[in-house]
Amino acid sequence: MEQILANGVYLGSQYAMIALGLTLIFALMNVLNFAHGQMYVIGGFVTYTFYGQLGVPFVVALAMSCITLVILGALIEKLLFAPVIKGSAREESTMLLAAGIAFFLDAVILLVFGEKQRGVPKIIDGVFNYDFRLIMPYDRILICALAILSIIAFIALMQYTKTGRALRALAQDRVAAQLMGVNVDRYSTIGFALGAMLAGLVGGLLVTITGMNLGMGGPTSIKAFMMVMIGGAGVISGAIWGGIILGFMEAIGLAVLSQYGDITYLLIFVSLMIFLAIRPQGLMGKPWG
Amino acid sequence: MFHLTRKQLIGVGIFLFAIFVGVPLIIGATGRWDFYFTLTSVALLSIASAGVWLTFYIGRINIGQGAFALIGAYVSAILVVKAGWSFWLSLPAAGLFAALVAVVIGIPILRLRGVYFAMITLVLTQVVTLTALALPITNGARGMSSIPLPSGVSLFGIPILPDFASMANTKLAFYYTACVLMIVTYAALYRLVNSRLGHLCRSMQQNEELASSVGVNIAYIRVVIFAISSFFGGIGGAMFGSIAQSVYPSSFQVVDSVNFMLNCFLGGLGYVFGPMLGTLVLYFGWDLLFEFQQYQLLIYSTLLIIIIRFLPNGLLSLRAYKGRDK
Repeated sequence: MEQILANGVYLGSQYAMIALGLTLIFALMNVLNFAHGQMYVIGGFVTYTFYGQLGVPFVVALAMSCITLVILGALIEKLLFAPVIKGSAREESTMLLAAGIAFFLDAVILLVFGEKQRGVPKIIDGVFNYDFRLIMPYDRILICALAILSIIAFIALMQYTKTGRALRALAQDRVAAQLMGVNVDRYSTIGFALGAMLAGLVGGLLVTITGMNLGMGGPTSIKAFMMVMIGGAGVISGAIWGGIILGFMEAIGLAVLSQYGDITYLLIFVSLMIFLAIRPQGLMGKPWG
Repeated sequence: MFHLTRKQLIGVGIFLFAIFVGVPLIIGATGRWDFYFTLTSVALLSIASAGVWLTFYIGRINIGQGAFALIGAYVSAILVVKAGWSFWLSLPAAGLFAALVAVVIGIPILRLRGVYFAMITLVLTQVVTLTALALPITNGARGMSSIPLPSGVSLFGIPILPDFASMANTKLAFYYTACVLMIVTYAALYRLVNSRLGHLCRSMQQNEELASSVGVNIAYIRVVIFAISSFFGGIGGAMFGSIAQSVYPSSFQVVDSVNFMLNCFLGGLGYVFGPMLGTLVLYFGWDLLFEFQQYQLLIYSTLLIIIIRFLPNGLLSLRAYKGRDK
């Protein structure tokens, strides 16, 4: 039981970070970022290149992942999303763009990093063992702690800084924020870059444990969509709850249902659909997003 | 019944002539027999895309058509292989079963809107793939293979449809079948859009509450539209399974669902024939870029991004631009 709970916390903290980035982008620009999983994979590969290949310290490699994704996110928003949102008759056209970007990033990852599974050496060795009831490698504990720290830092940023206040205002009401003198274009770019950075940061953290490969992008996006739906789209607390709930469901499902084969995800999907039929806006969401 | 102007009639005539006479002649002359398979796929995928377009028409973003295509493909395959039905009977059965599933699932999930509906339909695709893996009747990951080709049909001793297995050139036969199905689908779609139901759909697209307040039964219409949409998906999927002679859980995945949606976007959501054009451009473009080997996806996605960047309202919006300049 302790083991399941620990696994749940570990999975949940990472999932929450992925969902946070997605929900931030959604809240600010009403864009469903299909390319989120690919951004996560790129973050992982950058850390792999710097930490695994070039031997740079892990923290520096992680920072490089964040910087790469911030630049990438800002460019994508500035050059692609902003003009398309302005020029299209229907908001949903951004979905086509997001899917195109997802394909594009997949192609870039394939050409630059190849299709092999990549892993890096462990950051710290050793396994935490509490009476054989709770077994957890130290590096997982470290990654989990780093993830929780990043989430706290992100919430602090959103709550207590001027940027965070502007972003929250933007998420609440774009026009009203503009009328109050918020530079909407600039903060959209910043918000998108921040969301992309979170995806890259999780990628960088997770490459040390699960490794990284090209095919992880799409499934990660789907999981992120699920978490956002559980918690409610565009709400930060909702994304965190969604991540934790999905993490725990997965941990419990894998432990309890393993003898029935691979039906954990089927059950999660089905229960999600029933849940959404009863509460369409998710746990924390505003009705009709 | 269709109230076409003379200009539209001529356009339809040219189009029919091109696909039934022109394409076989060109393929015969160039010897690119592989294009038959490509064009057949385009025709079938555009049937499924037509369904997605119809859900767009009531203002819902549907990324779940892959689920219904997979359901259709499996239903047809199971009926043909295990129950020994004729393929031509199993085809409407597959469509009807997909529509039935759509009604059952649609009643709760059609209450969702916007991005929520988009995400739940995306998840639905994943659910159907996983269900196909878990159920015993679908053979799990091994799928259903070596499905027999469609058999002949005769009414009172007069052969109506020939036996595909005894044919020398099944590619051409499948091409014609797919084209006929596609034309029937789009004729039905055109008729539907220009009917009373089409008007009601447009009112829902603009504002559901307002439509409801003037007496439109929105709950009923959205389920009906979703069922019709899934019917198209099921038909397209069943025909696809019959051509490939196999169905696997991976035959229609999330990527395919996303592609169906992209076809509609690219063609333009305001035009009935948009999804057909979108499917042709996307699928044919992808096939033509095969020459570039590992750069295929890169070039394809770059072109896609450029198109959406400069034509955010779809390819057919070029025509609207021209109209505005005059």
